[in-house]
Amino acid sequence: MDLDLLVVATVARALAFATPLLWAALGEVIAERSGVVNLGVEGMMALGAVAGFAVAFTTGNVWWGLAAAALAGMAGSALHAVVAITLRADAYVSGLSLTMLGLGLSALVGRAWVGRPLPDPMRTVDVPWLRDLPLLGPMLFQGQHLLTYAALVAAVVAWVLLFHTRGGLVLRSVGENPVAVDVAGLPVRRTRYAAVLIGGLLAGIGGGYLSLAYRPSWGEGMVNGLGWIAIALAIFAMWHPLRVLLAGLLFGACFTLAFRLQTVFPPELLTLLPYAFTVLALVFTAWSRGRRAFGAPEALGRPYLRGER
Amino acid sequence: MRTHAPLPPRLSLRGIEKRYPGVRALAGVDLDVANGEVHAVLGENGAGKSTLMHVVYGLVTPDAGSMAWEGQPVRLRSPRDAIALGIGLVAQHFHLVERHTVVENLALGFPGAPAWRPTRVLIPQLKAASDRYGLALDPRAVVRDLSPGERQRVEIVKALVQGARLLVLDEPTSVLTPAEVDTLFTVLRRFVAEGSSVVFVSHKLAEVEVLADRVTVLRRGAVVGRRSAADGLDRRDLARLMVGRDLAPAVGARGLAERSSATPGPVRLRLAGVRVELPGRGRAAPPMTALDVPALEVRGGEIVGVAGVAGNGQSELVEVVAGLRAATAGRVEIDGRAVGGAHGARGRVDAGVALVPEDRTKVGVVGDLSVARNLALRHAHRRPFARGMWVDWRAVGRASEKAVAAFDIATPSTGTPTRLLSGGNVQKVILARELGRDPGVVVAVHPTYGLDVAATAQTHARLLAAAARGAAVLLVSEDLDEVLALADRVAVLAGGRLVATMAAADANPEALGLAMAGVAA
Amino acid sequence: MTGAGPAAGGRSARRRSRRWEPRAEAPAWRVVLVTLAAVAVAALVVTWVFVSYGVEPVHAWSTIVRRTLLEPRGLSETLRKAVPLLLIGIGLLLAFRARFWNIGAEGQLLAGAVGATAVALFAGLPAPLVIPAMFLAGALAGAAWGAVPALLKARLGVNEIITTLMFNYIALYVVRYLINGPWKARTATGFSYSERFPVEAVLPTFGTTRLHWPTLVIALVLVGVIALLLARSRFGFEVEVLGRSPEAARYAGIDAGRVTLVLAALAAGAAGMAGVGEVAGIHRRLVEPTQLSLGYGYAAILVALLARGRALAVVPAALFLGFVFAAGDVMRVSLRLPSQLPDVVTGLVLLLVAASEPLTRGRWVRSEGTEPPAMPVADALTAGPPARAAGAEGGGG
Repeated sequence: MDLDLLVVATVARALAFATPLLWAALGEVIAERSGVVNLGVEGMMALGAVAGFAVAFTTGNVWWGLAAAALAGMAGSALHAVVAITLRADAYVSGLSLTMLGLGLSALVGRAWVGRPLPDPMRTVDVPWLRDLPLLGPMLFQGQHLLTYAALVAAVVAWVLLFHTRGGLVLRSVGENPVAVDVAGLPVRRTRYAAVLIGGLLAGIGGGYLSLAYRPSWGEGMVNGLGWIAIALAIFAMWHPLRVLLAGLLFGACFTLAFRLQTVFPPELLTLLPYAFTVLALVFTAWSRGRRAFGAPEALGRPYLRGER
Repeated sequence: MRTHAPLPPRLSLRGIEKRYPGVRALAGVDLDVANGEVHAVLGENGAGKSTLMHVVYGLVTPDAGSMAWEGQPVRLRSPRDAIALGIGLVAQHFHLVERHTVVENLALGFPGAPAWRPTRVLIPQLKAASDRYGLALDPRAVVRDLSPGERQRVEIVKALVQGARLLVLDEPTSVLTPAEVDTLFTVLRRFVAEGSSVVFVSHKLAEVEVLADRVTVLRRGAVVGRRSAADGLDRRDLARLMVGRDLAPAVGARGLAERSSATPGPVRLRLAGVRVELPGRGRAAPPMTALDVPALEVRGGEIVGVAGVAGNGQSELVEVVAGLRAATAGRVEIDGRAVGGAHGARGRVDAGVALVPEDRTKVGVVGDLSVARNLALRHAHRRPFARGMWVDWRAVGRASEKAVAAFDIATPSTGTPTRLLSGGNVQKVILARELGRDPGVVVAVHPTYGLDVAATAQTHARLLAAAARGAAVLLVSEDLDEVLALADRVAVLAGGRLVATMAAADANPEALGLAMAGVAA
Repeated sequence: MTGAGPAAGGRSARRRSRRWEPRAEAPAWRVVLVTLAAVAVAALVVTWVFVSYGVEPVHAWSTIVRRTLLEPRGLSETLRKAVPLLLIGIGLLLAFRARFWNIGAEGQLLAGAVGATAVALFAGLPAPLVIPAMFLAGALAGAAWGAVPALLKARLGVNEIITTLMFNYIALYVVRYLINGPWKARTATGFSYSERFPVEAVLPTFGTTRLHWPTLVIALVLVGVIALLLARSRFGFEVEVLGRSPEAARYAGIDAGRVTLVLAALAAGAAGMAGVGEVAGIHRRLVEPTQLSLGYGYAAILVALLARGRALAVVPAALFLGFVFAAGDVMRVSLRLPSQLPDVVTGLVLLLVAASEPLTRGRWVRSEGTEPPAMPVADALTAGPPARAAGAEGGGG
């Protein structure tokens, strides 16, 4: 009986915990598939969180807040897009600086709202009819936010778009061989811009989830490395949206399980488990795929210098 | 009786000009390509052929000049315009996404492909085009697994499915075995028989002779002559137009008499039972034997040529000999002593092994570093340059001054970054470095790729001189002419295996071609 | 003449535009100019922040300059903040040359602090040996902390950006565990910290300031040694070749894995020693990690990039960032501005420097033609100065 409860609670918490990871990682997958590496995810999530909270707090409407979060994330990624794609500067450094900038800016802007709870946070939902299923009901269909389910849907939609449409094919090709795409007369830069902006939008939503639903408040260390874990998740999932879904749930489950062990281990050591686990996940992926770089889009991280025009 | 008005040429170029900083790539080029003809554009490397083709395909906008398609003036702003007209390009370096399948690559370049599941619609069209022209292709094959010849077929089918009436091929045979070249020519003839046109860019006279209906010769960006097969194509005439002077017979070649009279020295390089096995990497790359050399010997003063199309084990062979890769099995002996180990590159240098690599700009030199530093590149740990853990840069400078003079390297100074040097001079830097220390074994990989005639001749001369001084030279090259001109003995690598070794006298393109295709000679 | 008649698509006149053509040479004056411009823009942004918080800008700037550079105590604070930036920065410069993107300097600093604490509190060494032993332990601990991600990259190709970053968090929580658990001081009530260091484990400071000069000396010596090694040693040549062309390095017989590992360990060890300086020179006990390192590990990335591969340029770059940190303190204390300002400034300058990097190399070209692409601009920030363009090769770059 106890075990049942434990499993149910763990899975339910895992779903909730994984939600911001899923949003941000999906965004990163899309951006990296077009060949632009975006290390600014952490900063964009922070910007999304603070913008979402601020707008929700002042307007009293969480959905305006969510929209603001998405836009804030997108604005941050727009900066990165300009620097990495148009100016063709080093995408790694640009992303890193955006993380620093995003974290600093969000802390700066959020000072007014530290510690103040959101009066009208996002409500959890119970899925009608499915909620009454034995075991699966409480595990998956009770007490989750809409954003969680939306993340699952988004993953499937991303998969369909990437692998079953022409637009997705073009995007993937840009990340593999931008010259081939250019020679075929298709727009490389525009595709990359779109991918990076979508990535920022999704990361912003992930951050918004944190401040509007998961922990309806704002604090300076709110994101706490989740953005980096999301990037690792994208790599671990081999840039595949459905695998992001599975891997994200796996990550979430492991983290929540770790918290359950608080009686056994000192709490500080438990909090480092997610990060250690991420390293192990990357090691495992690299080891099982052979020694060389596997599966990464060929043109990842390299600015595209077009021959003409 | 009424006569029909003659059809306008399919493609017509007038006065095409293109300048790049410091060089005039195209100077007032006129070109007419008729329906149903194979038109060859002949010229040396750097004559402007590729630039002209890029203009035709809309990749490059000319500074001046006009273009007409089937009599109507047109202006191309991008490859999309070219594709819409019916121009298809098969470039020298393929523009394919390696990780994707054939049909996915097709869908990429196909403007009419549907947004939803584009590949589904294209598979039957692909099959139709394949069958019509005899180009066998598996639509679901991943491009990475395809040979260069098969990849070229993908490019051709891409152009055909897009409805090309004019096919532009840029140096198409450089990656093909002789058998594949025949297949290609058959396909082109079938294409042309339907009334479509082909523009065939090449610097290989033999092929132009066989295939072309008309020839336009370019030199230094300008048209220097036009010939027609109807009047008879003469190789020497074309060569003279291409180069501007009479080509010396088989530049750098050794006369047969010279070869047989020189007595080769002791065996300096020996491979015995050398194999390189690559482990599998998932489904896409099963384990394979990349190299299998039961026996190979090169004596001092001898040049052994290894012929074969790239991808058949050449890089593995070169890396094993130069110590850049450890063989899975077998023994490598330099001057009778066994050498081994993956990190033996430095050891090989000390043992007197010189390597002139295939990629001279990315591997052979470090472009940002000066000529002097590049001359110290592989030898910084050896005595004249190294003093303990320090490098004596002044000694490096002095040695580089001497090398520049001795090898006639055209550079403003020894401090100039090598990326500012021309291809021929970069090769001279590499040769100066590798050959300047009297190596015992010289491995040269496609050393004249992309070089003009003068640089090619100088490179060949240096290799011959090294051999004359007693070095054992292993020449790995895709260029059969080069191999036949220089080698005393010729070996063939096919599918990683050293399949044939023959004396130069017995080697000719047909025998070699058969060996390369895997048919025992 | 220009093309005759309408194009197939119907567009008429062709636009003659100027386009920016990237080249590979970055003349030194341009680099300096562009960097200064980036800093100037950041300064403008800060000025705007002053205004929006109701602080009079001239007064603000003069207070800052006075309190960080002109007053002896303030200057010592600026230098004190520059010390860890210098140490970590020179290490990162090396690591970046080998294309090892070490984002984990924060964690390596903490590891060094832990090592020093272990020696100070538990090793029981005779007094004169304690300080050297602390630095040694700190260097080794930091190096070990950085070596793990380096090995993972070398052997398995695991992305070192993520791993070093994860190790930052791991180190953070380990330190928290230590000061809350086994190493918790008996007297600690609200905040957690370890026992105070014995007097022989405290680094001497300069006069009445807080500038712990042994660390400064180590930093300067390290910069000098590394500059010398890069310019004149065989290893330095290998590093240069590896950083510019891994393919050519392989061909030249340079063991990329070994070089990367050595450089990563050096960088991490330097960060570890910076941690020793902080814990033994400033706090004299192991404290909460966010007090121990004020983001030095991340700011040092900017130091290394500003130096653009030249070892000696790390010194002015570290001084500049030390000034930024010290100015942040002044802003917080004297001007009552938010404490996050230095972070924002650092991030902004980093972004501007990265974005302006392509401007240091290139020119406007009128025709629509280009040459084949020059070297990828991404290499520029880390690959170091190009070969000298004229004259015989005399010394290093």
